[in-house]
Amino acid sequence: MEKSLNWREFIITRAIKASGYSAVVFVLLIFFFLLREGLPTLSEVETSSLLNIRWYPIENYFGILPLITGSIIITFGAALIAVPFGIGTAVYISEIAPRWMREILKPLVELLGGLPSVVLGFLGILVLSPYLRILLDLPTGLTAFTGSLLLGGIAVPTVVSVAEDALDSVPRAYREGAWALGATKWQTIWRVTLPAAKSGVLTAVMLGVGRAIGETMTVMMVTGNAPVMATKLGSLFSPVRTMTATIAAEMGEVANGSTHYHVLFFIGMVLFLISLIVNVIASSVVFRSKKRAERILS
Amino acid sequence: MTKFLSRNRHTVQRLGFSFITLMALATVLPIVGTIIYILVQGGSAISWEFITGFPHDGMRAGGILPAIIGTLYLTIGTAIFSVPLGIAAAIYLSEYAKDTQWTRLIRLAIINLAGIPSVVYGLFGLGLFVLFLQFGTSILAASLTLSIMTLPVIISTAEEALRSVPQAFRTVSISLGATRWQTIRKIVLKEALPGILTGVILGLERAAGETAPILFTGAAFFLPRLPQSPFDATMALPYHLFVISTQVPEMPIQIQYGTALVLLVFVLTMNLIATVIRSRARAKRQW
Repeated sequence: MEKSLNWREFIITRAIKASGYSAVVFVLLIFFFLLREGLPTLSEVETSSLLNIRWYPIENYFGILPLITGSIIITFGAALIAVPFGIGTAVYISEIAPRWMREILKPLVELLGGLPSVVLGFLGILVLSPYLRILLDLPTGLTAFTGSLLLGGIAVPTVVSVAEDALDSVPRAYREGAWALGATKWQTIWRVTLPAAKSGVLTAVMLGVGRAIGETMTVMMVTGNAPVMATKLGSLFSPVRTMTATIAAEMGEVANGSTHYHVLFFIGMVLFLISLIVNVIASSVVFRSKKRAERILS
Repeated sequence: MTKFLSRNRHTVQRLGFSFITLMALATVLPIVGTIIYILVQGGSAISWEFITGFPHDGMRAGGILPAIIGTLYLTIGTAIFSVPLGIAAAIYLSEYAKDTQWTRLIRLAIINLAGIPSVVYGLFGLGLFVLFLQFGTSILAASLTLSIMTLPVIISTAEEALRSVPQAFRTVSISLGATRWQTIRKIVLKEALPGILTGVILGLERAAGETAPILFTGAAFFLPRLPQSPFDATMALPYHLFVISTQVPEMPIQIQYGTALVLLVFVLTMNLIATVIRSRARAKRQW
């Protein structure tokens, strides 16, 4: 009886199976098109000038180092915010909060994940950056730090939901065992629950960082977009430019097929590979929960 | 001594709990604050003319109708492509696929699709749909790009909804003589519908708010009329907000906040609908 009874069922089953593989097809297609448009870079621009500190496409300087350091410093700042606050919130929701509080907090965090990044960038320009400029006495409020603050907020929902899933999946017996031995709830959280959920929490951190590296609109709007090398910690308080913002800001103005066009695709390729590595490592971590896939996306 | 220690432990716990609670509040309150702030600031800009009028004077006056309609078109276009494909893929994973290397590859691909930066989707859409398939900068190209970005959200939420339908339902249906597809269509899909719907709406919500994927695939700076066909470019709310807050000098702040408000309401409404469907379904569920 399991076999298809008629041709209609046969066709539908085939279509469903084909759809099942669509995700694989799209990942391959994306990679193929990035390679196709990005790889010519390597023959058009010398590797030494590609790994240079000067990004000035109009005069054919395509050094991508300032863009990479820009992305790194902003993501680093964002992680400093998103990791403690994300894990703290996850611990609160999963271990401490009363039920009614949990019912309020979870949708709110989900809501933050759904806020369009362009709205956060908009508020960053109008509210946050003027405030930071005065508070920190800077020449401009459009700095890497402003970007990090907002990006931290964007990465938080990812960290919270994945970390909370990890904490939830720790068997209740572990906690009960610790309580029975006389540990307080607080001690149980730190010595039993969090260590037991370690790999899941690590996954949460990685996915949060991945989310931050890939964010585009917010960083493009609030970081000042100056392609200068960010080598010191002090660079956090000056304008920088990320890889994502460079693509978004310049792709609209280049001629298709030009060197500049190819270099922008090359940067896209680098971003694709970074997210591939982050996600492959994150998904190979032992922690497996049925809900996880959904949470990654929310 | 023991008494002292135990009191000490409990003080530590109380301090620790307060600290964590403060952290959670510090995370959540800015979200609430942001939403309220935009509602208050943008409220005064909202008028009938703002919602139904075209921009004029270099967008410094008038309404944002073309951007609202454009976002509607893009959301519908995204749904047309991503919903059937996403649900079919979810059915495959939940009802047909066995735990093989290939299935694991599919799951890995889905997780990777979810992690690819939105601007990279924009590049891909430009390379494949706009240039290679020659759709041009159009609603079609932008919708297709957004669809692929939305796909992983729909697949994974729909799969979870399908899997949560008890196995016994399938067994009974098959034993009554229904074919596999009949069982899926009339029993499993019907039971999983609210969960699938929630996932679909949350996915489309994300697509509606995205800017980077449509930057070079379908978004237009300004159009004097509404798009006439799927091959026309379109204005869109998120891109419009980006344009008027960064590219237009001396832009009245009212219009900026008003646009942000409309975008926010658009997205929040979808979020609210999804939340309501989910909690209703949970309350009604009998298994």
